[in-house]
Amino acid sequence: MDFLILNKGFPILSVLIFLPLAGAFIAMFLSGDKVARVWALIVTSLNAIISLPLYSAFNSSSYKFQFAEHQAWIPQWNINYTLGLDGISLLLVLLTTIIMPLCILASWRYIAKRVKTFMICMLILETTMLGVFAALDFILFYIMWEAMLIPMYMLIAIWGGPRKVYASTKFFIYTLAGSVMMLVAIIALYLHSAPHTFFIPALMGQPYSTTFQILIFLAFFVAFAVKVPMFPVHTWLPAAHVEAPTAGSVILASILLKMGTYGLLRFCLPMTPQATLTFMPYILWLSVAGILYGGFTALAQHDMKKLIAYSSVGHMGFITLGIFVLNFRGMEGAILQMINHGVTTGALLLCVGMIYERTHSRELATATGVGKYMPVFVTFFAIFSLSSFAFPGTNSFVGEFLVLAGGFANHKLVTAVAIPGAILAAAYMLRMLQRVIWGGVNNPSHEGLLDLNTREIVTLAPFLVFVFWIGLAPGPFLSVMHSTVHHLLAQVNAGVVHPAIACLP
Amino acid sequence: MNIMLFAPELFLLLGALIVFLLSLSDDHNSARNVALAAGFGALILSASGVNLSGMMFGGAYSVDLFSQLFKTMITAGMTAVLIFGGRHQGIEKRVRPEYYLCLILSTLGLMMLVSSVDLVAIFVSLELSSFSLYLMLPMRSTEHGLRIQMEAGIKYMLFGVMATGIMLFGMSYIFGLTGSTSLTAITAKLPALIHEPAAVVGIVMILCVFMFKLAIFPFHFWVSDAYEGGANETTAFLATVPKLAGVAMLIRIVNLINPSEAIINFMAILAVCSMFYGNLCALRQTDFKRMMGFSAVAHAGFVLLGILTFKEAGYATSIYYILGYLVMNLACFMVICKVSKSGENVPIAGLAGLYKRSPLLAFTMGLSMFALAGIPPFAGFMGEFLLLAGAMQAGHLTVVILGALNAAIAIYYYLSVVKVTYCNEPEVDTEPIRVDIGTKAVSLVLISAIIFIGIYPAALLDMASTALRLAF
Repeated sequence: MDFLILNKGFPILSVLIFLPLAGAFIAMFLSGDKVARVWALIVTSLNAIISLPLYSAFNSSSYKFQFAEHQAWIPQWNINYTLGLDGISLLLVLLTTIIMPLCILASWRYIAKRVKTFMICMLILETTMLGVFAALDFILFYIMWEAMLIPMYMLIAIWGGPRKVYASTKFFIYTLAGSVMMLVAIIALYLHSAPHTFFIPALMGQPYSTTFQILIFLAFFVAFAVKVPMFPVHTWLPAAHVEAPTAGSVILASILLKMGTYGLLRFCLPMTPQATLTFMPYILWLSVAGILYGGFTALAQHDMKKLIAYSSVGHMGFITLGIFVLNFRGMEGAILQMINHGVTTGALLLCVGMIYERTHSRELATATGVGKYMPVFVTFFAIFSLSSFAFPGTNSFVGEFLVLAGGFANHKLVTAVAIPGAILAAAYMLRMLQRVIWGGVNNPSHEGLLDLNTREIVTLAPFLVFVFWIGLAPGPFLSVMHSTVHHLLAQVNAGVVHPAIACLP
Repeated sequence: MNIMLFAPELFLLLGALIVFLLSLSDDHNSARNVALAAGFGALILSASGVNLSGMMFGGAYSVDLFSQLFKTMITAGMTAVLIFGGRHQGIEKRVRPEYYLCLILSTLGLMMLVSSVDLVAIFVSLELSSFSLYLMLPMRSTEHGLRIQMEAGIKYMLFGVMATGIMLFGMSYIFGLTGSTSLTAITAKLPALIHEPAAVVGIVMILCVFMFKLAIFPFHFWVSDAYEGGANETTAFLATVPKLAGVAMLIRIVNLINPSEAIINFMAILAVCSMFYGNLCALRQTDFKRMMGFSAVAHAGFVLLGILTFKEAGYATSIYYILGYLVMNLACFMVICKVSKSGENVPIAGLAGLYKRSPLLAFTMGLSMFALAGIPPFAGFMGEFLLLAGAMQAGHLTVVILGALNAAIAIYYYLSVVKVTYCNEPEVDTEPIRVDIGTKAVSLVLISAIIFIGIYPAALLDMASTALRLAF
């Protein structure tokens, strides 16, 4: 297998994927809320620690899939258990493993009922998310992709807000209905490959006919567009975000949404390059529509979580824009922006959750003026808000700048139309910030508010580190993806009848 | 004649005789214990004799891996139903011994059916199992009224008898054309005759009765009423075990002929109609068993996808799928039997707060619903995926796309059961449900089976393929 660099010795990816599952199994036999919390924290932290050497051991000069594992699974259909990471999935795996323990910490007090079940759901969720990013076999990928719906559904449906049933059902049905055609497309790819295989790298660069590519592309695109979510299939996201418990929202925003863009990068582009080019203009305009729509809608929100949810629609629009301008800068910016959005939006949602725990409201009106009583909190909140609208020096600035630079290189008009989106982001974020920090200093209901405790500071601090690290020195994050992105663009170019759409720097 | 070949059937027959004697004395507890022992014994005998092979009764009865696999599944299903049925509170007290007798005989009929390789033997075994089932449906306790089970019983019997009549009609054509009732002789002669309309009509008519057993559209009209009207324990049996034999016999009969365009199209249309009809009707149901009845119609459509490929791999997938279907359905009917206090029907809303009343039952229910909906990594998904992949390989793209769409429709009603089980607070009954140790064991076995079958299909598919290769 010349796509893989097989891992000899410690099967690090399998351990990462199945350690949380084993933890969930053991958690079933634990009793007591406190024990369950501590156990989940131990397991997820252990996973985060195990995952760190991935970064240092990763050979960033190779585009091949590293730490790969390969086992026969269902030989009748040539389905294998194949795992591996490249520059794109490496960052997403690290993002997942690092965010999970922070989510457990954030749920420490927030989740008061059925704590054990909650922790089990979180651990199973981690298994499936890591599985999605590491899987190199289509069936393994699909199993993880769909299995993830179960714990996420439970998180929203059991621990959610007042409209949890509506939100969770909508989430489940939207995502499932989006991906059923993907299964048909996966089988079609298998039947059109010679020899028949579900091995993802081997399905890239096959000489499919244009019609076939278009059908496959559409089947995949619907599944991923729902997950991203792209305008106009984004409506499940605000509902799910608002109703989900804090940890659920954070995971949803930081990791689940990334699976959509990850899928576009991993499957649509390299497998169906011709179709990608055909649909590129439409997707670019859809992205811009998402950016503007998300921005304007966020401007009108009174519920802070809803505001952040709509801002996600806008930010994800920037990511799809960066992917589909199909050049080096845009794509690197998009991938970096995937990480940035995970860091920034995750942190903002945690902040909103912290206010909610204190005031039992997410309304902007009731949160006005907490700045007077919670100075530490608003410091964090302000930095994350600045990061969210890409203030220079923060992480999103680098990503958004790269995306726009890439966009202007190839598609000036589309990118120019997207610019107001960046201004809108500043408008809605500053509006929220202004209300929360300075609005109505004499709000009587805030008298007894306590500032962040140590646990909450520990939860937010890592996000702060990444905001400035990526913002000031993005080199280490970009360098691991260089060769993967080069290779990906080469794959797209090679599969296109008229190359030269992508100008490599 | 090697007596061991026939041992599981003989053991059940012995059990039936003892239960018959006990039925004279009204002792329903020992009748149940004997039935359970007979089921266990037959299960062990079939499982240990899985590799036996031989012909009996003048070539009318074939014992091979194919039939033994099905016998193991059938006896396992019956044993599970007997265990979680507990004291069978849904059954009229004074006829309980007779009920156990009918249950054993019906199982015996199904076991003989999967071994039958002669038209007459098929007919006899089928009737043995059907007539017992006709009797079992109205034996429901009259505590909650009489009408519903009588309607179910009559409906099931009338439809069943009619289906059998059609089958006999078809058999007469086949016998007329080939001059033999032995499937081996028919296999040799039929391919040459397949362009005769009479042969096609004959085969389709024989298929009808097994499609009736599987509740494939348009032979499904009995299913919702029979499921709803039968006692919970009866429905648990009716919904699972006869389907196994149905699949086995569909494969046997379909294997007689070479695929012709007409028959493939006929089956493809039935498959798609079943899926859509079943799933769309299930969306609106409020009674759990009725919903499961429509879900059975949809799943039967899926099973057909494997059979209409007319390939060994497709048949093997159908067998794999029906095994998964058996465990998933047993799991959710087990929960229903336990939730129902005195044998009454359980509306979907009646599952509210089950997570509080019994976490194990709630988990079993949730898992089996997700599995039935085809969410990975459980048995339902893997079966569905393999069936779709097989059908697509055989070139039925439209059917596959429509099937995949159905997976999206079906999720809604399965999900609403999960929602009620896990998210709603209990309304009327709030006290915990006592789950006996036997049911706990069955539930753990079923949960592990649903997961194991889903993530490790290779060995099962292999075994099914080997069985098919040896049998045909």
